[in-house]
Amino acid sequence: MTTMRSLQGQGHHLSDTFVQLDVLNNHHAGIPPFGARMEAIGLSPLKPTAIDTLQVNIGKMCNQTCKHCHVDAGPDRKEMMTREIMEHCLDILRHHAIPTVDITGGAPEMHPEFRWFVGEIRKLGKHIIDRCNLTIIRANKKYHDLPDFLARHEVGVVSSLPHYVAGRTDRQRGDGVFEASIEALTLLNRVGYGQEDSSLQLNLVYNPTGAFLPGDQQQLEADFKRILKEQYQIDFNNLYAITNMPISRFLDYLLSSGNYQAYMEKLLESFNPAAAQGLMCRNTLSVSWDGYLYDCDFNQMLDMKVNTLAGPHIKDFDLEALTDREIRIDQHCYGCTAGAGSSCGGETV
Amino acid sequence: MEKTYYYPEDLKKFGSVREFQPELGEKFFNYYNSVFKEGALTQREKALIALAVSHAVQCPYCIDAYTSGSIEKGATEEQMMEAVHVATAIKGGAALVHGVQMMNKAKSILM
Ligand code: SF4
Ligand code: SF4
Repeated sequence: MTTMRSLQGQGHHLSDTFVQLDVLNNHHAGIPPFGARMEAIGLSPLKPTAIDTLQVNIGKMCNQTCKHCHVDAGPDRKEMMTREIMEHCLDILRHHAIPTVDITGGAPEMHPEFRWFVGEIRKLGKHIIDRCNLTIIRANKKYHDLPDFLARHEVGVVSSLPHYVAGRTDRQRGDGVFEASIEALTLLNRVGYGQEDSSLQLNLVYNPTGAFLPGDQQQLEADFKRILKEQYQIDFNNLYAITNMPISRFLDYLLSSGNYQAYMEKLLESFNPAAAQGLMCRNTLSVSWDGYLYDCDFNQMLDMKVNTLAGPHIKDFDLEALTDREIRIDQHCYGCTAGAGSSCGGETV
Repeated sequence: MEKTYYYPEDLKKFGSVREFQPELGEKFFNYYNSVFKEGALTQREKALIALAVSHAVQCPYCIDAYTSGSIEKGATEEQMMEAVHVATAIKGGAALVHGVQMMNKAKSILM
């Protein structure tokens, strides 16, 4: 596996969110403000429709250091949600009709309280999604029983597999990741994930392994299904095609490879009003490891906290104020409206 | 700007050919867009054919566009290079098959 360090660990200037926002706003030619594009299609101010999903980012620690990671996660990141903040999340879930909890990281399973947290959420009858990077299951003996644990709690698994060609996946996610991911998928299949006669959902995430946009989700899903079955006897439910957001490590890649301007132009060219209608920030609320609330995980990584009168911390949670808030947008949002749109659940049209 | 016959930025201006002849330009782009829609061939298959033809006609704009297009549609590096080899084989073969004509002529005039 790769030993790359996070941007923060390198003391990289892009680990500063102000620098990222400055690049996004000032370091290219001819990209109009995202807000102006939204205004032109009548979506300004951008408002939530409902809050169906609480996406909880329980920490930045990860066993991988993928080149495109918008979280800037890695083994060198130590930020982790405290039990107290988790209790706050549970309290909110207990008192509000938010049906889905999407647990993400880093590698959320590395959090010592992960299993407790999952168990408590299940007691509340909520549907849980675990954004699992797959390799964690094989990383250490203490994680080998994760497939059983997840199955017992009926947790839906969403996992990245950017390509069915090993080299493509490894170039983005680290040496050996493809092989370990295939092993993990086999184990998940074995306990019932992704099987036709089972309710255990295994969804894969395709994201481009470079400076290009994802192709047609259905077509990619058909290719992945055929090839993973033929070559590795692996089954899964759906493939979500996700666009790489021009922030954090992917922004660093775009700038250092000389692809930044062309990528932003491509996002702008592909702006799709229909995709803008279904933006995930309209039905999701994101919580950071330290308990702040954000419109989405991307805004979280840019430290753009929710804009409500009630205050941006989970301790100030006020569903009414949050449902009425104005979603904070900036130039990175072009990543969500390109082509068929992009969200944590894939296309939005 | 360096003086050259080809500028990468010109690819983005392709649509502007309508400026001098809107009607025919429009017809061309409508046709073009229909050709690349999913049909009996998948979009990826069409992108790979386009990539091969781009090499055969040696159009740098098309090579740019269909390298990105093929990758976006899920093609692998190996598939793209095989497509280029198909173009190469046909171009090379097209030259070589005329060797038969050369032989015919040579045999007709040589003792
Ligand atoms: S993309 Fe996921 S698996 Fe990769 S470093 Fe980031 S959090 Fe970890
Ligand atoms: S980046 Fe976040 S706020 Fe911006 S459009 Fe996407 S989901 Fe919404």
